[in-house]
Amino acid sequence: MSDTGAEARYLAYLSDGRFMLQRDPISGEAIFPPRLRRPGGGPALDDWAEMSGRGTVHAVTVQQKRDAAARAIVLVDLEEGGRMLSQVTGTQAEAVTIGMAVQARVVADADLPHVLFEPAGDGA
Amino acid sequence: MTGFPRARTSVVGAATFGLGECPGYNALEMTAQAGYRALDDAGIGLEEVDGLFVALPDDYLGGLAVAEYLGIQPKITDNNRTGGSSFLCHAIHAALALDAGLIDVALITYGSNQRTASGGLVSALKSSVYETPHSPMIPVGGYALAASRHMHDYGTTREDLAQVALSARAWANFNPEAFRQGDMTLDDVLGARMISSPLTARDCCLVTDGAAAVVMTRADRARDTRAPIPLLGGAQTVTHKEIASMPDLTVTGAAITGPQAMAQAGITPADVDCVQLYDAFTINTILFLEDLGFCPKGEGGRFVSSGAIAPGGALPTNTNGGGLSCCHPGMYGLFTMVEAVRQLRGEAGTRQLASPEIAVSHGNGGVLSSQATLVFGTPATV
Repeated sequence: MSDTGAEARYLAYLSDGRFMLQRDPISGEAIFPPRLRRPGGGPALDDWAEMSGRGTVHAVTVQQKRDAAARAIVLVDLEEGGRMLSQVTGTQAEAVTIGMAVQARVVADADLPHVLFEPAGDGA
Repeated sequence: MTGFPRARTSVVGAATFGLGECPGYNALEMTAQAGYRALDDAGIGLEEVDGLFVALPDDYLGGLAVAEYLGIQPKITDNNRTGGSSFLCHAIHAALALDAGLIDVALITYGSNQRTASGGLVSALKSSVYETPHSPMIPVGGYALAASRHMHDYGTTREDLAQVALSARAWANFNPEAFRQGDMTLDDVLGARMISSPLTARDCCLVTDGAAAVVMTRADRARDTRAPIPLLGGAQTVTHKEIASMPDLTVTGAAITGPQAMAQAGITPADVDCVQLYDAFTINTILFLEDLGFCPKGEGGRFVSSGAIAPGGALPTNTNGGGLSCCHPGMYGLFTMVEAVRQLRGEAGTRQLASPEIAVSHGNGGVLSSQATLVFGTPATV
């Protein structure tokens, strides 16, 4: 991959359908959002790793704009570390609860590639 | 060594202008008018202002625009923008610059005509590429996420949140400047349009016009003014920008700035007679009362539902009606300072508290991102 900033690299991975984040060289936890160096002090973040996509809903708010379906806006704690804002789709927005197990789905073909979540297998 | 020049500077002038709707004025004019009025209140001429502290809603370089408008050439122009907490940060910086002798008179001023100009909240918040695809309705979406977690962890209820709005309205009914007045019931709040669960339209601050300003000087100069209010302590921090990066959704930076500012002032929460805090959303009041030390973590919902913050309660909070019922021109922080000063001066009309001596003013910026706390006292507390 060409030399870019961390944000461009993250988005480029997503464009290829890959959910990749940097790992903290000290704690081993994934870091979100991507950065050039470890937040708070430390080395450069060179270790990009593929995420399993498994996560847990940490907080949820349901929003319904006029003439549109209700959406569940969530913060998801990723299994490998890192917390990101996203949406849970594939279920009723009101059914999304804190603690729910979710699975990531990469939306590669978008103006801004991004990650959505759906209820994980058996929990759904 | 707290590092803060306790009581070595004072607010000597405070004013508001155009609260609610202010047609026919632009934001710059409102900002200037509040500044003129605060200087008149202080009995200090514009020509003495050599420190200018500004955060305008619609002008990234507002510090330059205000200097030109006023026709002054400040030695220090501070355009620091940490959102709605900007002005409390300005007061901290002004206190340091005054105490160091870099300046003699500081003017902190702000005005916004967002309601008449645009009809909506003018927010300086810009989402990153990580948030943008989800259009999470920031700021309200961020506060709603924090509220959901507080409810989950501590059993806080929508009724508790609603009590914050009801207390604010009860205070607003004593304030002729407040934009929203009249009876409001629990059902009015709970039954209002859901914006971002658990927050309804009545859990959200107003969208109004409004301007405010304060003038600060060193204690020596302040002694010659009508009603100086010493600044006893001030602390600020930033914990994140976007809500996903908030270290803990139920603990704000106020847990850092509150104890720090109170230590500088030499007081504890038990010494505080009133709190003026940035209630952009009802969850703010609950979080800040906990983090500032007025009740244990997690107990904020039950604390506000006990009536503690309403008229007649043990901890009068947002005695002007707050951002929920008095005014919210986009960046509310300066109004917490003006109300603290008015209460300590005994100039709060029918909402005046009985001889308050210590007031805490607390500002918030972004999505619980920036926090700043000031402690004011009467001259007797120095």
